[in-house]
Amino acid sequence: MSKRVFVTGIGIVSAIGNNVVETIDSLKASKTGIINTSDFISSPRSIPVAAVKLNNLDLISLLKLNEQSKMYSRTALLGMLAAKEALNYIKRSYSKQPRTGLVSATTVGGMNFSEQFYNGLLADDTYKEYIETFDCGDVAERIADFLAIKDYVATISTACSSSANAIMLGARLIKNNKLDRALVGGTDALTKFTISGFNSLEILDNEPCKPFDANRKGLTIGEGAAYLLLESEEIVNKENIICELKGYANANDAFHPTASSPEGFGAYLAMKQTLDKGNIEPNAIDYINAHGTGTDINDISEGRAIEKLFLPKIPPISSTKAFTGHTLGASGAIEAVLSALAIKHRMIYPNLHFNQQIKELSFAPVTKLLTNVNIKNVLSNSFGFGGNNTSLLFSLQ
Amino acid sequence: MGAFITSSACISPQNTINTSVFPSELVQYSTNQLHCIEPNYRDYINPLQLRRMSKVLKMGLGAAMMCQKQNNSLNPDAILVGTALGCSDDLEKFLFSVTNNKEQSLSPTTFIQSTHNMVAAQIAVVLKNHNYNMTYCHRGFSFEEALIDAMMLIKEGQANTILLGGVDEMTPNNYKFFNYLDYWKKEPISNLQLLNFNNAGTIAGEGACFFNISAKNDANNSYINDVSIFYKPQNINEIEEHISLFLKNNNINKDSLNLVLLGLNGDFNLDANYHQLMQHYFSKNTSFAYYKHLCGEYATSSSFALWLANCILQNKHVPEVIKINKTENNKIDNILIYNHYLNNNHSLMLISKK
Repeated sequence: MSKRVFVTGIGIVSAIGNNVVETIDSLKASKTGIINTSDFISSPRSIPVAAVKLNNLDLISLLKLNEQSKMYSRTALLGMLAAKEALNYIKRSYSKQPRTGLVSATTVGGMNFSEQFYNGLLADDTYKEYIETFDCGDVAERIADFLAIKDYVATISTACSSSANAIMLGARLIKNNKLDRALVGGTDALTKFTISGFNSLEILDNEPCKPFDANRKGLTIGEGAAYLLLESEEIVNKENIICELKGYANANDAFHPTASSPEGFGAYLAMKQTLDKGNIEPNAIDYINAHGTGTDINDISEGRAIEKLFLPKIPPISSTKAFTGHTLGASGAIEAVLSALAIKHRMIYPNLHFNQQIKELSFAPVTKLLTNVNIKNVLSNSFGFGGNNTSLLFSLQ
Repeated sequence: MGAFITSSACISPQNTINTSVFPSELVQYSTNQLHCIEPNYRDYINPLQLRRMSKVLKMGLGAAMMCQKQNNSLNPDAILVGTALGCSDDLEKFLFSVTNNKEQSLSPTTFIQSTHNMVAAQIAVVLKNHNYNMTYCHRGFSFEEALIDAMMLIKEGQANTILLGGVDEMTPNNYKFFNYLDYWKKEPISNLQLLNFNNAGTIAGEGACFFNISAKNDANNSYINDVSIFYKPQNINEIEEHISLFLKNNNINKDSLNLVLLGLNGDFNLDANYHQLMQHYFSKNTSFAYYKHLCGEYATSSSFALWLANCILQNKHVPEVIKINKTENNKIDNILIYNHYLNNNHSLMLISKK
């Protein structure tokens, strides 16, 4: 039974790049992916969003799909692109065929099709081919079939912590000897549904989001997908290791369906238990990739939870959501890939759009790209509706 | 390493509320859609909260709270829910507002409650439970994946008692859409004659079945030996291989199975696998039973099957109305459940009680 789990492949698509290489370039150039558009909102105004710079036809052609491919939801297409990159990140050979599973996360599933065809379907069955693309499970099955993964196929949907939970489950399936390797991550496309939803909660910033800034007004919705290939100690080729997934934990705030508790108790528990699992002390953390959505409540409660766990020495912190937007069910995996890249490329990303420290907090985030940093341990936070809080610990092998 | 079922609760289209005994009278339906018989939720849920809740939330939270009551309200170390379609009703309502350009009338409550993990989240809020909280939304794997996770948590020593369940609601729109896809029978039939028609389609169902499971050994409780899923098997041989491996891993011979509970749903295409297995794989003396005439077909119906299996083992009695064949076999110490959803999501569960 594998005691350790390693990351040996990564794949990512988001507003800052269609693959790992483009993503690194944007991060190094401190270039945000957020733009203004009126495409996703019915009132005649534009709002900032972080859209992937590929339309569905681009994705279909990149993936070399056949004519049936119009039945792939945007969420599935984005997922397929990132999952394929992660699986084929390097050439691997095994002495015997490894048991391979997929754990995929999404919150919207095929919502882009639901939005287009739901009303029509209430009238007649003209668009019935799209019905089976609406649910969350469709996305994982499309990815699994595309990559011929059969040994385990799972979908997790726990709002904005979904893909962090998918990563955790993949690691546990390996440690419980159910799989030798797991492709884990998540995908979510931009939809009117989610944008209108967050708008109805009045937590969308009308400017690009400003995580941890005193004048933050809310989040910016993004889209994207990211997957990581996890391998067991038994099958891994040491040369392929990007980093180790050393700790993980999920805890519940049990406070309110959407708002986090003021002191961030669930967030504190998730981080604390993750460090305990990884058997490291808070002062061994070299970088925190925060959940940092830019909403009033999240940033202060996450900040307080971080203070409670890390004071007197707060490690360098940034939220990368001012680069990618908040990609909802994909955000945990996108930030996990960025955490892995931080270790691999020895860099800490700036928290873009930051001006003024939150007065209730004792720390400010990193605002300039830091390079040649000695990074051994990165903590990545993902918190979702329903008080669902997950932290992951990635470590230099 | 398995887990013991310390309590269970089931909201289904049958009279299963507050009982662990199989209902003496079955509810007959004459349309192809079976609806849950719901309890007075005020007995289980704060009336102020209840007012805003959709049916699936009420069913899920209601069944979870019933299950808690029977388990002396012991706060669980983890909460896990499997739900293929999640909070469909709120999702449909919010989607309707969005697509009909009614941005002004968007209800934030509806949006919040459309989130797939709301059942598990509400349970955590009510129980003030800060522990591991997970929601699986993968079609016919949703409940099984929650159960596999739960069994791993116990094996890892992360949890001693776990509250988990499967819940899905069949909204009128989903019933309609699945009808377009020919999921349901063309002519209305009685649920009690589900297997009497040699044609396509099944009947729609829904339900909420919750369980407390525990690592603590108690001979009075049924024991979940193991659960396994397999995806899109190519042919019957592959299905047989999975079943054989599963039984081998659990040190049980197929001839020693006291009852095989199958997911037959009356669709002659989808039932072909089950008939093949009954005729050619399992031994002649095996007792077979089915359950979807009681709860209808839905993606998390295997949670109803587990509730039923527990009920059978607890009472050491197989109800006549679920039997497929008559055998001399009177011993009922173990049950194998085999179900598949649309021939894509296949699952096995082995439950026993000495």
